[in-house]
Amino acid sequence: MISVRGLSKHYGDTLAVDDVSFDIRPGTVTGFLGPNGSGKSTTMRLIMGLDTPSRGEALIDGVPYRELRWPLRSVGAVLEAWAFHPGRSARSHLAALAAGGGIPRRRVDEVLGLTGLGGVAGRRAGTFSLGMGQRLGIAAALLGDPGVLVLDEPVNGLDPSGVRWIRDLIRTQADAGRAVFVSSHLISEMALTADRLIVISHGRLAADTTVRELSARGGGSLEEAFFGLTEGIGR
Amino acid sequence: MSGYGFRDVARMEWIKLRTLRSTTWVLAAGMCVTVALGVVAGYNTRSVTGDPTSNMLAGIAFGQVITGVLGVLTMTSEYSSGLIRSTLAAVPRRPLVLWAKAAVFGAVTMVLGEITAFASFGLGIAVLRSSVPHPALSDGSVLRAVAMTGAYLALVGLTGLGIGAIVRHSAAAVALLVGGLFVLPVVAGAAAVGAGKFMPELIAGNSLAAVKPVSGFSWSPWLELGITALYPAVLLAAGGWLLVRRDA
Repeated sequence: MISVRGLSKHYGDTLAVDDVSFDIRPGTVTGFLGPNGSGKSTTMRLIMGLDTPSRGEALIDGVPYRELRWPLRSVGAVLEAWAFHPGRSARSHLAALAAGGGIPRRRVDEVLGLTGLGGVAGRRAGTFSLGMGQRLGIAAALLGDPGVLVLDEPVNGLDPSGVRWIRDLIRTQADAGRAVFVSSHLISEMALTADRLIVISHGRLAADTTVRELSARGGGSLEEAFFGLTEGIGR
Repeated sequence: MSGYGFRDVARMEWIKLRTLRSTTWVLAAGMCVTVALGVVAGYNTRSVTGDPTSNMLAGIAFGQVITGVLGVLTMTSEYSSGLIRSTLAAVPRRPLVLWAKAAVFGAVTMVLGEITAFASFGLGIAVLRSSVPHPALSDGSVLRAVAMTGAYLALVGLTGLGIGAIVRHSAAAVALLVGGLFVLPVVAGAAAVGAGKFMPELIAGNSLAAVKPVSGFSWSPWLELGITALYPAVLLAAGGWLLVRRDA
């Protein structure tokens, strides 16, 4: 479970995230919706301990990410862009991460199988297509069989079968009791995958609700409700 | 179940180091060129009163660039590729990452550095002209010169790693390393007589690898080795401090 409390982040004079609070619960897909540049990625980087909050805190099972004893077994994340060296094979990349996280070596072949990368595990990851790269990110996230998944724009740039694969994966993971937190700027995608929605605009929380409730607010259209929320808040 | 620790992180860095084909090749090729340069310098030694040991170790002028640049890339390639996000997700206790990198890269370059230095000496002796006095490893100061030369290659590697941790951008960090090694001694030497005793690149040739004393380098090679080690120690400490405080 993720608890975000009064989270703020400045970059110089820019306030990227402004006093945001919410919870991400187990067994649920929580969509994180907002226009480009609204603070979604920054919030996720703060949760993962990559950036330090200016104020407030992001806790995972009660502790900040940097203090987790078994981080890979608590949270799996795929953040923006690729996070592997192009010259290393998928298997070696995963083996290195597994070693650092204290995960048994056999788990590497398991996640390669789960993500359908078994046949290309020995290939240099730099030769991967966008979809294969995304699968490698997911494989790394699943290494520790974590209770929480954090995915930043996971379907961006994927072809239809890739999108479907991610959608099914998200559903399966939540149904298995995991807390899944997935950001997107695609409203239709969120309507298909999410149970709950957190809407963020200009770094501020605009809504924390269910998909059904939000779409009712827009007279049955999630899109109308979204624009009502994100355009209503100015600076 | 006390959580991950240094051993796990060192294992991670060891896997990273040996699974990049480019690193393996550059290290192997760099060692061969370093040895070859030493052998050529040994063969060309004609002076009867000179220091053939020092000549046979001349290849480190090149070898230090190899270990230094690879040290830089060990850190900066994490940032340029985005791998740093995966690394810090697995190991959010950030200082552990840098200490493990330093331990693994330092140990590997120390072993390879010693192999390179002793190979340079062994092959150099084989081609040394009969008119030139032949040094022997049974002579304590010869053994010391060869062993310190190997250690020097590791220390420059760690210096590169420290610069990489501070600067994070490959090109800028490599420029700083090379400038610090080769340009700084020229500038400092022009500004202050005796500054050479503090410049690693000059220390290596005139003290660490030397059997016969060189003017201007009256300090013990052990003291000079300590001065050389101070650079990576300070840079790595600063790099570790910054790694914790900066956004990744």
